Parts: sequence; structure tokens; C-alpha cells
Amino acid sequence: MPNRRLGKRIAEYNEKEGFIPTDESTLKAASEDQDIFEANKVEEDPIVQLKDVKISFKMGTTERIVVEHLNLNIDRGEILGLVGESGSGKTTIGRAINRINEVSGGEILYNGVPISGNIPKEREKLLKTKVQMVFQDPGDSLNERANIDYIVSEGLRANHLYTDEEDRLHKVEDIMHKVGLRSEFLSRYPHEFSGGQRQRIGIARCMVMNPEFVIADEPISALDVSIRAQILNLIKQFQQENNMTVLFIAHDLSVVRYISDRIAVIYAGKIVELTEANRLFEAPLHPYTKSLLTAVPIPDPQVEKKKQIVTYNPRESHTYSREDVPYLREIEPGHFVRCDEKEFALYQKELDRLNRENAAKAAQNQTEGDK
Amino acid sequence: MAKRRNPSVLSDEIDWEKGAMKEFTPDPNREVLLSVRNLSVGFSVRGKRTHVIRDINLDVYKGQVLAIVGESGSGKSVFTKTFTGMLDANSIIYSGTVMYHGYDLTKLITNEQWANIRGKRIATIFQDPMTSLNPLLSIGYQISEVLILHRGMSKEDAKAEAISLLGRVKIPHPEERYDDYPFQFSGGMRQRAVIAIALACNPEILICDEPTTALDVTVQSQIIQLIKDLQKEYGWTTIFITHDLGVVANIADDLAVMYGGQIIEYGTIEDVFYHPAHPYTWALLCSLPQLGTKDEPLMYIKGNPPSFSDEIIGDAFAPRSEYAMNIDFVREPPIFKMSDTHWAKTWLLSPYAPKVEPPLIIQELHERMKMAADELAHQEGDNYAKPSSR
Repeated sequence: MPNRRLGKRIAEYNEKEGFIPTDESTLKAASEDQDIFEANKVEEDPIVQLKDVKISFKMGTTERIVVEHLNLNIDRGEILGLVGESGSGKTTIGRAINRINEVSGGEILYNGVPISGNIPKEREKLLKTKVQMVFQDPGDSLNERANIDYIVSEGLRANHLYTDEEDRLHKVEDIMHKVGLRSEFLSRYPHEFSGGQRQRIGIARCMVMNPEFVIADEPISALDVSIRAQILNLIKQFQQENNMTVLFIAHDLSVVRYISDRIAVIYAGKIVELTEANRLFEAPLHPYTKSLLTAVPIPDPQVEKKKQIVTYNPRESHTYSREDVPYLREIEPGHFVRCDEKEFALYQKELDRLNRENAAKAAQNQTEGDK
Repeated sequence: MAKRRNPSVLSDEIDWEKGAMKEFTPDPNREVLLSVRNLSVGFSVRGKRTHVIRDINLDVYKGQVLAIVGESGSGKSVFTKTFTGMLDANSIIYSGTVMYHGYDLTKLITNEQWANIRGKRIATIFQDPMTSLNPLLSIGYQISEVLILHRGMSKEDAKAEAISLLGRVKIPHPEERYDDYPFQFSGGMRQRAVIAIALACNPEILICDEPTTALDVTVQSQIIQLIKDLQKEYGWTTIFITHDLGVVANIADDLAVMYGGQIIEYGTIEDVFYHPAHPYTWALLCSLPQLGTKDEPLMYIKGNPPSFSDEIIGDAFAPRSEYAMNIDFVREPPIFKMSDTHWAKTWLLSPYAPKVEPPLIIQELHERMKMAADELAHQEGDNYAKPSSR
């Protein structure tokens, strides 16, 4: 079920310009048996919160803003799909959570503990044992000159997460078995593997750390159709077994639909629509979401040849004024659309229409099924 | 499912090849432009000979959009590279002919011999536009270079023509972009520039080697629309290599499925999508993520594709197939024709083979896809997103 409270929070930040940074002194300090993230963990709260986040890159004197006023909560144990075209900032957001990219405004919280900007070294190190990443290109992201044993256990070594050599080897072999690779592969090098196997190694390297939160940055875009299914199954299986949270970044909606619980559609660094995966397909409201849905190729000749592509041009689709500022508004429980007051009314009508249509269709299917 | 074994399979008394196509014949109703017969290609690697293309027969018809699909390593790129002589230096053409306008393309060796064909009559668009464009030369120069070389234009004429070509592929303000370098173009625009270069010679056959794999879906749909529009305008014959069946459904008239260096099924896209005959085609269609429902894991093809260095006996897909029979491991299947336009290379089509129904998911494919499409079609009656055909 979508988190009702979480929705209200998003709207709140948007309406009030600016936000209040978390006061470090209110945090519970790490105790002997609990680290700082464990100590401040509230089970019902989102695992990662992005509050009014701004990410920009400085090129000489000019500042290029990639993401601004971004508010997003990632619930514990869900797979959140982040969809958008190249250059929309989806990878940048993922990397900001992992501290690969710096945040120039706002803050990111992990279990309620700030993890962006200047934070203590120990906290950063601790974070990196909890948050792991799976990269897009399995060829480029593996060290050519290291054998698989080294690649998979690098994280374990760096954080001393094993008792002795035997324990480490046991952990590595166990994870290799889980991703469907044989343990005799451990002495081989990345170039000896096919694309699908390399991505399995990438996943093994990530999962051996037993992470709480995984950022999967287009993990299947570079793979063949027949291998995609295997990798998707693998990610889903790990997520269910270990109750992980996954941020799944992709540009292909058909894939994201299968794997995600919720989907956030992002355009030019702003979330334009956020809702449950099925709901997004049933009732897409924002024009960009619609254009993205028509761009998805459907493997059926008759359907595909009839299809009309809808283009999205922000200047044509929206007439935003200074008084009527667009922000992410909740149009139905758990369903957010970026719009202004005027559009909000329009979208609400549209939503009613779609709901009626869907209900009629369901009723029709029901009667057909009865026959 | 347990492997289907037929005990009488190996007996010589049965003519298993009954009903198979003895000699490869083209569709009588269409004009053949390029005809491939018994083509085998391999590479010599460290003194070892590999077999990448194994005895392919194929006819490319005039004006056709032919899609070739297959996993990486199935030999689809190598196959089309033989049409333009772009195979690596260690390649060997073991046997076969590629007939094009009375020439046998397998006999051409030097660049001079190829000059009249490569780029001029058969042009290629590659996967990654960043590597197929020269980063040190301006986009405009790279287009006019082709015009000067192949069409004997003067520098000024070439520039004017290049600008009009850039306009043709819908690059905004072509005059201003003429002097830009590849790095100043976005991924989609680079691919448009590459298409402009291919256009420059007005080729008869255009080979698109995974032109949209490196692009995201929105740009991909634009590029495909562009190729489709230009195809109509220029009347090319297009060979479209891809592994994305969604793209195939959009653009292609006919579809050839490749596995282990062979074309294992060929037909119009309706034939192959709605009545697939080869177990590999079934498996490929089953593994589409679009077909997945939330609660069940996606189907996928177990095992690995065959290695080039090993000799393949029988049906190359047999070790991974649920439907393999004894004969599949011993004898290579011949081509069985189902109609003038549709054939497949599998023993399952032999009159003596047990009747096998394709997986349920395949039979329901059209229904499932229609449902998926219905959900996507929400644009009617909507008053703020303007549909426009690009």
C-alpha cells in the first residue's frame, strides 16, 4: 500500500520554499551493539529521503544545475523504478545517494541520518557497506586485470567484514553459487566471460556485502533480450530473500513495470509523476509519461504498426505562470503529478475518465470471462 | 519438461527429410536483389579455424525491410559484413556465393574492387555513432567527403548538398551545425548524422547494424521513425540487425532469426510473431519482459550459446532446447517450408516428429500484447498532450 503520510511530506516541502536541515544533535549516537544508522532506524519510515536536493556541476564559472528541489522518499523494502531519458539526471540522483556525486543543496537522509555534504568519515565508511551499486556496462565496470575472486571480495577486504581467509572464501563461493556461477570461475578474469555472466559478477560483487539498499543503474540496458530476463529474475530474487530496498534506474518502461513496486518518472531533473507501477500504466496523467509510454516498443507487429507516437514539448504542453507555480501534487492517494492549479483540475477530470474507462473494461472482461 | 526422445529416430528406413526443401528457392512473387547461397564464414584465430557463419541461404528482395534478430555472438553482424567486405583481415570465406547484380561479392578482395559497392550501393549504419564518426573532422566535412568521392561533386556543391541532407535527417539549423564536430552533437543527433552520410550516396541496400541499441527509448522511437520515413521516400532495401523484438515489430516486413551462425527461421513478421515454429524462436519470445506478470519469474533460455571453436553436430539449439529429440543431436535439420514466405530449420516440422504445441504464452502472445497496448493507449480524448506523427 502506498504510504499516505509520505505523500503529504512531499507536498509540504514543495510548497514551503527551502527546508530545515536535520539537527545532528537530535540524532541518537551509535552505541556498542548498534551503529548510528541502526540506532536511528524507524521501521515504518522511508529508508532514504531526499529533501529539496540540488545537484549541480561547475564548469569553470558557469554552474549547470542538473537536479533542483527534488523530494523523494524511498520506502523500506520496495523496488522504486526511476525512469527518464538520458540526461534527465536519473543516474546523478542514484550516484548522489552513494556519495559519488556531491550534493550542492538540500540533504539526503539514510534511516533519518544525514549522509550528504560534510559528514564524519566513519559514517561515510559505514554507509558504503550498506549501500551498493550495480552498474550499467558489465564490461567496463569490472577491473580487467583482477581475477573474479579479487573483484567479488574487494568490498569485504576493504571493510574487514570477514574473520579469516576461510570465512572470506566461503562467503565469496556462497554468493557465486547464488548468482548462478561456478566457484572454479574465481581464478578467471573478466574477459573470459560473456556479457550476461559479467553482469552476474557485478551483482555478486554487490550482494556479497549484504547491502540494505541497492542502486541498480540500468543493469540490463547493455544486455541481450534473452539474458535480460535472467538478470531481472536475479535482482528480484535477492530483493525478496534479503528484504532489500532497490532503486532501479532505467529508460525502458516495459522492464521497470515488471520489477518495480512504484515508478518515478523524471524529466529534466524533476519528478513529473510518481505512483504505483500498475497505476502508472492504468492512469498516466502527465504528458511526458504518456509520451514515454508510447515510445516503448511492443513486440507485436499489428499493434506496433498502428501505434502513434506522442511527442512531449514542455513549452506546448504547459502554460505555467509565476503566480501558479507547478509542483508535485497528490492527485489520488499515493499518486503524484507535477502540475499547477489549472492543470490539477484538468488532471482530476482525466483521472475520473480513466477510472470510468478502466472500470468499464474490467466489467467487460468479467462478462467475457463468464461466458 | 523431460527431453522428448523418439526411439526410432535414428533408423535409416524413415525418410526424415520428407517434405523438406531440397534446393533453396526464392519466393517466386518477388524480385531478388541479393542472393546468398551456402555461405560459410569463419576466422583464423591463433592457427585455429572457427566457424561463425554456417551454410546460410537467404534472398533479400527488392524494397524489403528485413530484420535479422539473434543473441550476441549469433553471427548476425559478421553475416552482413560479408556484403560490404568489412570482415576482419583474419576472416576466411570457406564456401558460398553472395550474388548482387551479377557480381559475386565473395570474390572481391581489394578496396578498388569494393569501391563501387561499399558505401555507394550498400551502405551501413553502425551501432555506436561515436565510434563510426571521426572525432577530428567536422560533421559537414564527413558528409561532403562522401559526396565528392562517390558522386564527383565540387566542394561547393557538396557543401550545399550536405546541408540539405542534414535538413533531411531533421537536424535543426543545418547551416549552423555543418561545421560542428561530433562531440557537439547528442547521441541521437550523431546517429542522424551517420544516417545522412549513408543517404549521401543514395544506396540501394542500407544495412542498419543495431542503430538504436545505444540510444534511449524516446530517441530510439524518433530514429526508427526517421529510417522508416526515409525508406519510403528513397525506396531502399533495408537490412535491420537488432536484438530488440519491439523494434522489429515496428519496422520490419520480414524477419530472419539467427542462432549459432545459421538462419533458423524466416518469414514475414506476422508469420514469425504469431505462428513461430522453431523452439529457439519460442524461447526468445517467451523471455520478453513485457510478457512478465508480477508474481511469476520471467522465463529465460537456460545454458549458453554454442562456441565458435567447437564443431556443432545436429541442431545447434538442441542442448538448450526442451523440445530436442534424439535426431537433433545427430543430424542437422533441413529447411521445412510452411508457406511461400515462411520456413524454419527444425526437425519438429518433419512429418514423423511428434506433434508439439508451442508454449501457452506464445499462443496467447497476441492477446497479451493487445492488452498491454490497450493500457498504453490513453492518448485519445486528451486535451493537453498534442499527438503528432514524427
